[in-house]
Amino acid sequence: MVLGFRAFAWATAILAASTFAARAQSLTIASAAPVTSMDPHYHTLTPNISAHGHIYEKLIDLDAAGHMIPGLATSWTLRDEKTWEFKLRDAKFHDGTPFTAEDVAYSLSRVPTVKNSPASFQIYTRAIVATEIVDPHTILLKTAGPYPLVPADLIQIYMIPHKLGAEPATEDFNNGKNAIGTGPFRFVSYQPGNRIEMDRNDAYWGPKPHWTHVDYRMISNDAARTASLLAGDVGIVEFVPPADLAKLRGDARVALSEVVSNRSIYLWLDHSHTGTMPEITGPNGEVLEKNPLKDLRVRQALSLAINRAGIVERVMEGAALPTKQYLPPGNSNHVNDLLPDPFEPDRAKALLKDAGYPNGFRIVLHGPNDRYVNDAKIVQAVAQMWQRIGVQTTVDTIPWSSYATRAGKQEFAAFLVGWGVNSGEGTNPLRAQIATWNPERGLGTANRGRYSNPAVDTLLDKAMGTMDLAARDKIVLETMKLAMDDVPVIMLHLQKNIWATRKGLTYAARVDEETRATGVVETGK
Amino acid sequence: MFTWLLRRLFQACFVVLAMTIIVFIGVHAIGNPVDILISPEADQAERARVIADFGLDQPLWKQYGLFLNGALHGNLGRSFVFNEPALRLIGGRMPATLELAVTAVLMSVGFGVPLGLYAGLKPNGFIGRSIMAGSILGFSLPTFWVGLMLIMVFAVTLGWLPSTGRGETGELFGLRWSFLTWDGLRHMAMPALNLSLYNISLVLRLTRAGVRETLLMDYIKFARAKGLSPARVVFVHVLKNIMIPITTVVGLELGSTIAFAVVTESVFAWPGMGKLIIDSINVLDRPVIVAYLMMIVVIFISINLVVDILYTVLDPRVRLETKA
Repeated sequence: MVLGFRAFAWATAILAASTFAARAQSLTIASAAPVTSMDPHYHTLTPNISAHGHIYEKLIDLDAAGHMIPGLATSWTLRDEKTWEFKLRDAKFHDGTPFTAEDVAYSLSRVPTVKNSPASFQIYTRAIVATEIVDPHTILLKTAGPYPLVPADLIQIYMIPHKLGAEPATEDFNNGKNAIGTGPFRFVSYQPGNRIEMDRNDAYWGPKPHWTHVDYRMISNDAARTASLLAGDVGIVEFVPPADLAKLRGDARVALSEVVSNRSIYLWLDHSHTGTMPEITGPNGEVLEKNPLKDLRVRQALSLAINRAGIVERVMEGAALPTKQYLPPGNSNHVNDLLPDPFEPDRAKALLKDAGYPNGFRIVLHGPNDRYVNDAKIVQAVAQMWQRIGVQTTVDTIPWSSYATRAGKQEFAAFLVGWGVNSGEGTNPLRAQIATWNPERGLGTANRGRYSNPAVDTLLDKAMGTMDLAARDKIVLETMKLAMDDVPVIMLHLQKNIWATRKGLTYAARVDEETRATGVVETGK
Repeated sequence: MFTWLLRRLFQACFVVLAMTIIVFIGVHAIGNPVDILISPEADQAERARVIADFGLDQPLWKQYGLFLNGALHGNLGRSFVFNEPALRLIGGRMPATLELAVTAVLMSVGFGVPLGLYAGLKPNGFIGRSIMAGSILGFSLPTFWVGLMLIMVFAVTLGWLPSTGRGETGELFGLRWSFLTWDGLRHMAMPALNLSLYNISLVLRLTRAGVRETLLMDYIKFARAKGLSPARVVFVHVLKNIMIPITTVVGLELGSTIAFAVVTESVFAWPGMGKLIIDSINVLDRPVIVAYLMMIVVIFISINLVVDILYTVLDPRVRLETKA
């Protein structure tokens, strides 16, 4: 009996020691937004994509700086104008089955069949009209016409095993039955709105992950997220609120990692009304015959009136970079000689006078108040700056749930929105935002101000028909410069992505906002 | 009693129906969920597909008709966001909120009644006055601020309790409960206290007022004159008579604590229904909003029913039949 008790005590002690060792390599991540599903083809939502990256993998991945790197494909080449050849690597799914070309064909064909998707990944697979399996490690992807963006689109598509069969249900991904990928971590459990637990995939093809266990928690309240880091309950938090930055910078328990992101914040101006724009009136409230925003000089004046450095420093607490384009410096589609507009209120007043508005006009400036970092405060700051050049600005901020619909109806004269370029590729904002609104061709889908410039459209078409990467980049830069110099939107800044880690950990800050356990490194105590 | 129950049931159905109509019109007036959910990169064709998938291309009355038809067959629709049946989604989050709310209400009675009793019996003493002053703080301090302060003190500075989240859960009746594990209880301590602060103050003040009033009654004087022990006077004659208003308030507060635990839930990242409903309202996930509010209406009606029945137990003068 005594012996038995001793043996038991030893066993417990050993067990305790081993769990402690396991715990020592366990990482808790605090994410800022709920993950709505574990089905990687269900909802094109950044929090989902970020969490799924632990379990599933894509053919092409992005490195922290946003450059394409091989994922499950080792190489991709253009066979002819309409055919891409992808070579696949030796990898195994979590259930032991090898990853082959059949799984690629299956994953691509499954995307459009996902039921009730609120935002389908179809937009990234639609260009591929046929797939041809050459051998288990080679697959050909065919498009209807020349389409240079196949690799950029495939950055969004996670691979799942073909043995899941016809139409696997989204629910079965959530309960773990279908949550099988090739990624560095395997699915353990998913509790909606609470946490995802994952264990290391010891059979991973790439470098073995340092962490044996990952607890991916969803803490959407900013203050609670910061507090959980300070209390030592989590190892890393994403989307550090600017208000906490000053405090965290001076805290020895915490380290920060930051990078300028692909998410730009800017003001849309209304181009849809040529005549009277209901939200713009004369300096004394009289009806204006023409929409002043159709005049380039007025748009330039409104842009020159804004003190971007002031907004970045005071409103954003340094967590942004002034800009005049969608992509950050260092990106191959960033135009180096397109600098943020300077703060020159006198020149702005002169331009307004030239345009025939010596006494300015009245305008309503709209903004959401729960969507982007400090959105309502930015709008208020801009309104005061416009006021100073004689443009009497009324501010109206409302929740995103109501704002999103109204902003798409050309009701607003000027309004704040943001745009994140997930693929890090320049034609994306140009096609969605700047191109003329054209439902037949799927262009200008997010062109809420209905800007239209035939010269830009022509150049963009030329870029989309150019398969050579270097040649296309050159045309994209030219298009971007031409478009942004015409001030279709007033660019303000690019947000910074900021992570805070407990002391002893660092994170390789990612341009695409994703938080990945594999990027969290122990630097020693 | 039977007619009275039947009448209550009929009223309940009417309230639920009226509520669903209000929600349908309200959500429709705010905006289009597709504009919020859809990928910003989606083109016009994809947008039209999602609108058709959700049935939002139909006129509102038709959407409502379809919903009613589904509801009669026990199907309240699938969440736009999660693609799961709305009821199952809410059911999955319910244990977290229920255990938090019940703990908070139990705490409010456990702390509120004794403190109120003391303050009522010794209204002019230092402790009695301090209790009353403290209850004003409990009333007036905003929950989210108190919650953050609790985190700062007990989790960040002292490190006694975990800051946020639900911790380990045990299983009972196929659901996950925190109160079954030590880790779960540690996680629950702060949010439950935070949620109960307001209720403690409320119960405390009610108890004190009741005690003060009852002490002057003739039957108390008589009981004292009869030579009954002070303990018997207080715990039998006083306490029993002040229980009716307290039961009513505790009952109603249980309902609103369940329904509106959202602030506490979001400060402590507690994965309950309150967080779900706020997230759903933000993205206009109508099936979840409707199902949730229907459930809350049913909870309120049931609690009122239980409270009414409890009256008859507590006060023999009340008879339900006479109400009918």
